[in-house]
Amino acid sequence: MKKTPLNQIHRELGARMVDFGGWDMPVQYSGVIEEHLVVRQAAGLFDVSHMGEIEVTGPGALAFIQHLTINDAAKLADNQIQYSAFCYPEGGVVDDVTLYRFNERRFLFCVNASNTDKDFAWMQQVLSESAMTDVTLNNRSAEFAQIALQGPKAEEILSSLTDVPLADIVYYHFHEGVVAGVKMIISRTGYTGEDGFELYLPASAAVEVWRRLMATGAPHGLLPIGLGARDTLRLEKGYALYGHELSRDISPLEAGLAWITKLDKLDFVGKAALVKQKADGVQRRRIGLVLQERGVPREGYPIFDGDREVGVVTSGTMSPTLKIGIALALVEPAAAGIDNELQVAVRNRRMGAKVVRPPFVQ
Amino acid sequence: MEFPEELKYTEEHEWVMVEEELAVIGITDFAQDSLGDVVFVELPEVGTFLEAGKAFGVVESVKAVSDIYAPISGTVEEINDDLVDAPEIINTSPYEDGWMIKIRMADAGDADNLMDAEAYQALIAEES
Repeated sequence: MKKTPLNQIHRELGARMVDFGGWDMPVQYSGVIEEHLVVRQAAGLFDVSHMGEIEVTGPGALAFIQHLTINDAAKLADNQIQYSAFCYPEGGVVDDVTLYRFNERRFLFCVNASNTDKDFAWMQQVLSESAMTDVTLNNRSAEFAQIALQGPKAEEILSSLTDVPLADIVYYHFHEGVVAGVKMIISRTGYTGEDGFELYLPASAAVEVWRRLMATGAPHGLLPIGLGARDTLRLEKGYALYGHELSRDISPLEAGLAWITKLDKLDFVGKAALVKQKADGVQRRRIGLVLQERGVPREGYPIFDGDREVGVVTSGTMSPTLKIGIALALVEPAAAGIDNELQVAVRNRRMGAKVVRPPFVQ
Repeated sequence: MEFPEELKYTEEHEWVMVEEELAVIGITDFAQDSLGDVVFVELPEVGTFLEAGKAFGVVESVKAVSDIYAPISGTVEEINDDLVDAPEIINTSPYEDGWMIKIRMADAGDADNLMDAEAYQALIAEES
């Protein structure tokens, strides 16, 4: 199994470890609910070093990225970040990614851990088929550790370890600066819906930086957070997770990502299929569901509108904030209206569920 | 982790406390720790007949769904209603406040076949 540079730290902290797409990762330290709530109320520290980093450089970098991705990368200024995706020609999703622009000739993609090799191969294929010669792709995933510091206390904690004026880094922007003596990318992004940072740093410095952050943050209530709470935190905000709300078989239009699908952009991989899908109307829509009784909707549970099966849960959990069952689901468009009353088949029972527009937690 | 001497245990990580013809049933400290934060419990109705070895309820944590099996046959006399609104009691007090059901045993002798605390600890040492 692959290990991040922080693996030993997790073991020292007594984390429960799981195989997450081939990575030996902490699923929880003190408990999913406690970890979840501390991120909403104070701050949490996540090892997300399993995420992949793929660099695109050269005079043709921007043109290549415009061809590869569904969002409009031309809108990015230097030091700005964009949420985007790669699609197959058929319109399904290769991966959802964040794109960092250093300058017109240098970009970095942050990609999902278990998709890194697939994404890199896909990028090489798209590049070779494009006949562009002034672009270089570099999979730098092994060089980087990635630590996410998330929560309302994140800026206060980080500010005591850096001279970088953090208040000047606005959401979805980044700055290259020194934290705890280590030069890194300080990115004001995250997957929790809270304020916070994702730090991209040399793998060799990860242990030292983690320890400094924990020591500095402890008086503010900072706790280490595992993948269990990472999942419940993103679900409460309605964020898609590849392999659940997104896949080769689910298009960004179906998955609620029309807002990053720029069909008026010049040609990009998947555009024709997505334009057609939009014109014909999607067959499924991603919705949010709130259970009307106590229970936990889970991935794969079928959804009914009366006697008719209209869709399936793609991710679900008991919301630690709301203490009710919440889910993201794919359903027929006719069943997707806000406030519509549907039923989730939870084992042998049907539980009432109301359609909502995520986020579940503001 | 605690495994009270006065209880009997199953391979499916339930515990049983026998009080004459009645048996109180819950899940062990090991079970609650493995599950993590319990967020939902489904229990049978009073009067239901439970057959030894068959699932009688469900306990769910944030990440997992787990069946609970009847350690012995009998009729449900009482269920712990507090767990419906506060299932986390199973994490904080698996052997006392977190008890799940009380059954009237079909055959009080059935409890003799269950493991004692020592045998159960040996079993989980093997599993973990």
